[in-house]
Amino acid sequence: MRTFRLAPDNMTFGFMRLRRVSYPFSALMSIISVLMFLAWGLNFGIDFAGGTLLEVRAKSGTADLTQLRGLGDRFALGEVEVQAFGGNADATVRIRLQPGGDAAQQAAVERVREAINTDYEFRRIEVVGPRVSGELVQSGTLGVVLSIVSVLIYLWFRYEWQLAVAAVIATMHDLLLTVGFFAVTRLEFNITSIAAILTIVGLSLNETVVVLDRIREMMKKYKKLPIPEMIDLSINAVLSRTIMTSTTTTLALLALVAFGGHVIQSFSLAMMFGVIVATYSSIFICSPILIYLGVRDATDKG
Amino acid sequence: MLRFARWKVASILAMTLVSIFLIVPSLLPADLRSAMQKALPKWVPTQAIVLGLDLQGGAHLLLEVDSSDVLRSQVNNLRDDVRRILREENARLSGGIGIQGRTVQFRVPEQADRNRALPKLRALANPSGSALGVVSAPPYEINEQPDGLVQIVVTDAGVNERVRRAVDQTIEVLRRRVDALGTTEPNIQRQGADRVLVQVPGLQDTNRLKEILGTTAKLEFRMVADAGANPGDVDQLDQTDQPGKIPVEKRVMVEGEDLTDAQPSFDQRSGEPVVNFRFNIRGGQRFGEATSANVGRPFAIVLDNKVISAPRILSPITGGSGQISGRFTVEQANNLSILLRAGALPAKLSIVEERTVGPGLGQDSIEAGKRAAYVAGILVFCYMLITYGVFGIFADLALAIHIIMIFAGLVLLQATLTLPGIAGIVLTIGMAVDSNVLIYERIREEARAGRSVVTALDAGFNRAFATIIDSQSTMFVAAVILYFLGSGPVRGFAVSLGLGILTTVVTAVTMTRMMIALWYRFGRPQKLPI
Repeated sequence: MRTFRLAPDNMTFGFMRLRRVSYPFSALMSIISVLMFLAWGLNFGIDFAGGTLLEVRAKSGTADLTQLRGLGDRFALGEVEVQAFGGNADATVRIRLQPGGDAAQQAAVERVREAINTDYEFRRIEVVGPRVSGELVQSGTLGVVLSIVSVLIYLWFRYEWQLAVAAVIATMHDLLLTVGFFAVTRLEFNITSIAAILTIVGLSLNETVVVLDRIREMMKKYKKLPIPEMIDLSINAVLSRTIMTSTTTTLALLALVAFGGHVIQSFSLAMMFGVIVATYSSIFICSPILIYLGVRDATDKG
Repeated sequence: MLRFARWKVASILAMTLVSIFLIVPSLLPADLRSAMQKALPKWVPTQAIVLGLDLQGGAHLLLEVDSSDVLRSQVNNLRDDVRRILREENARLSGGIGIQGRTVQFRVPEQADRNRALPKLRALANPSGSALGVVSAPPYEINEQPDGLVQIVVTDAGVNERVRRAVDQTIEVLRRRVDALGTTEPNIQRQGADRVLVQVPGLQDTNRLKEILGTTAKLEFRMVADAGANPGDVDQLDQTDQPGKIPVEKRVMVEGEDLTDAQPSFDQRSGEPVVNFRFNIRGGQRFGEATSANVGRPFAIVLDNKVISAPRILSPITGGSGQISGRFTVEQANNLSILLRAGALPAKLSIVEERTVGPGLGQDSIEAGKRAAYVAGILVFCYMLITYGVFGIFADLALAIHIIMIFAGLVLLQATLTLPGIAGIVLTIGMAVDSNVLIYERIREEARAGRSVVTALDAGFNRAFATIIDSQSTMFVAAVILYFLGSGPVRGFAVSLGLGILTTVVTAVTMTRMMIALWYRFGRPQKLPI
C-alpha cells in the first residue's frame, strides 16, 4: 500500500543554507513585533483593562448598531465599542472602565441594561473592576515569567549549554512573534490569551526538544561530519514527524477556529499561529545557532 | 516487542472499560441519570461531567467585604465599650471620647480613676481565643501618657481577625439569601482575605441576584426627630420613595436582628404589597415600650440609612408583630422579606467581578465545542489513515480511547469542563497522535536502514519513548503552571490539557504497542505497511 506523504523520504534538503534567508527574516519579524507592541500596544480585553463586556441578541432579529454605539454618549460612559458577529442579531458592547471604582461599573451596566432590556436579550455580562483587573495582570505576568523560568531550569538540566541557549532563543523568538501577532491583528488580549501563550511556550519547546534530541544523537554517531551537514541530516530525519505533527495540530486548531464559536476564536487563532511559528523556529532558528556556538567542542569534552 | 504480559493486556482493557462506564452517565438524559442514582448501589459511578458556568449558564460574582466599613464599626464598638467601662468605674473624663482613624482616645486626669478603669480596658485587649489556648496577637494596643491621655489603637491583627469574622458571617447570610431564591447547587466560598465568590448555575435573572446579594439590609426602627431636637442627635436621612430628607433620631429603638420572621403579604385595606414581621421577645418588649411612650408621634423604618416609611404611632404596638409598607412592588416586598429573614450583612459588600452567561449562549458554546471536536477528530482520523494505513487505524483507535479517557478523568476528578477545556481536548486530539507519529517515523527510519520488521518495530518504540516523555513533559509543565495561576475557564483548559497529556502516554505508547504486537503475531507480515 502506498501511503500519502507531505515530506518525501530520504530528503536531503540543505536547511542550514537557508539561515541566510531565515535569520534576516526572523530578525525583521521580531523587530516589527517589538515596534508594533511599543507603538500600538496590545488590545487588552476587559480582563486586564477592566470594564464591561455585554453580549446581546436583538429580539427583533436585527441589532441596531448605531443605537448601541449611541449608548456611550447617552449615558456619558465614554467610548463604547460595538462589534457585530455571527448573524445580524448578535453584537458585543464593550464599555470602558468607568471612573469611580467597582460601584461605578455596576451602575453603568444597570443603566445600559434598563435602556435596551426590552429590545435585546443579554447573553453574556462580564464586569471586571479596577482592582481585579490589576490582580489579573499580576497573575498573568507571573504565569509567563514562571513558565519561562521553568523552561530555563528544564533546559539547564536537560542539555549542554549550546543546545540550551539555542532552545531558549527559539522559544523567545516564538513568544515575541506571538505577542507581535496580537499587536498587529488587534485580537483581544485576555486571560485566555495568556493560556494560549503558555501553551505556545510548551508547544515550541516540544518541537525544539524533538529536533535537539536528534541532533544530539547524530553528533555522537557522525563525529567526522561538518556541523552544518550533521544538523541538516538530523533535521531531514525528523522532518516528516515535525510536519506530520504540526499538520494534525493545525487541523485540530483549524476546526476550532472555524467551528468553536466566537468566544474562543482569538484563543484558537493565536494558538494556530503559535504552532506554525514553533515549527518554523525549531528548524530555521534553533538549529543554525548551534553552528555559531561550536557545538562539537562541548560534546567532545563532556 | 512481541511478548506482551497478560496482566498488561488485561489492565489496559480494564482501564478502557472503566473509562467507558464512567462516561456513560454523562451521555444519558438527566432524569434517567437521577433514576439510576436512586436505583443503583452507591459504588456504581453515576456522576455526570460537571459543566462550567460558561457552558451551563449562570452567574459568577466576586464580592468584596468593605474592610474600612468593618474597621469603622469596630472602632465605634470599641468607643461604646470604653464609655460603658468608664461609666461603670465612675472614672471622670476631661473632654469627650474621640475617634481618629483606628484610634480611640480620651483623657482621664485622676490617677486613681485610671487605675480602676485601665485593668478592665486591658481585658478588652486580651485576644478572644486565649482561653482556648489559641495564642493570637492582641486586637488592641493601649498607650497611657503621664498627663492622663489614654489611646487605644486597633492593631492590624485586630482588623484582620474582625474582617475574617465578617467574611464568615457574610458567607452565612449570603447562603441563606441565595437558598431563599430556590436555585440549585449554589457555590459560595471564601476567596482570599476579604472576598466571597458566589456561583449560581442556571440562573435567568442575575439582576435580582445582584440586588439580593449586594444589599446590606440593616433594618432599624427609630423615632422621627422633633423640631426642637439637638442637631447632634439627629441624622438627616434620604427616603426611598420620594425626594427630600427626613430628620431621624440617632438613637435606635429596635434593630433588624430582633426579627424572627418576615413574610410578604398584602395590606388588607389598600391591597398594596407589604411585609409582615414578628419580633423576638426582647424586640417585642422594646418596641412595645417605645411605642407606648410615643403615641401620636411618627417613627421611621430605616433600611440601610434610607427611610422606607414613617408612619404615625396610633396606639402602643405590644403584640410583637408589625407591618412595613412603602409603596412596594410585589417583587420588592418579596426581596425585602428574604433579606430580613436572612439577616443583615456585617459590612458593605461590593461586586468586584461579574461573569454571567445566559443559558442560550452556554448551549451554543457546547454545540460549537462539539462541532469543532467532531471536525477535528474526523480530519486527524483521515489524515492518519492515509499516511500510515493499518498503523493509522491503530493510532486512530488509540485516539478514540484517549478521548474517552480524558472525559472519564474529568468525571473521576469531578473537574469542571469549560469552553477553553473543550478547546484543550480538541488541541490534544491534534497533539495526541504526536507520540504515534514519533514512533511510526522512527520505525520507518529503522526499516529503511535495512532492519527486519521486528527489530524495526522494537527499535522504533524504544528510541521514540525518551523523546515522547521529553516532549510531553514540557507540555505538562505548561499545564501545571496554568492550573495554579488560572481560575474558572482557564483552569478547565489546564485540567483537560494535563489529563490529555497523561492519557496520551497510556494510549499512544502502550495501547498502540499492544495492537501492533497482536497484529504482528497473527499476520507475521514480511513488510511494514508504512
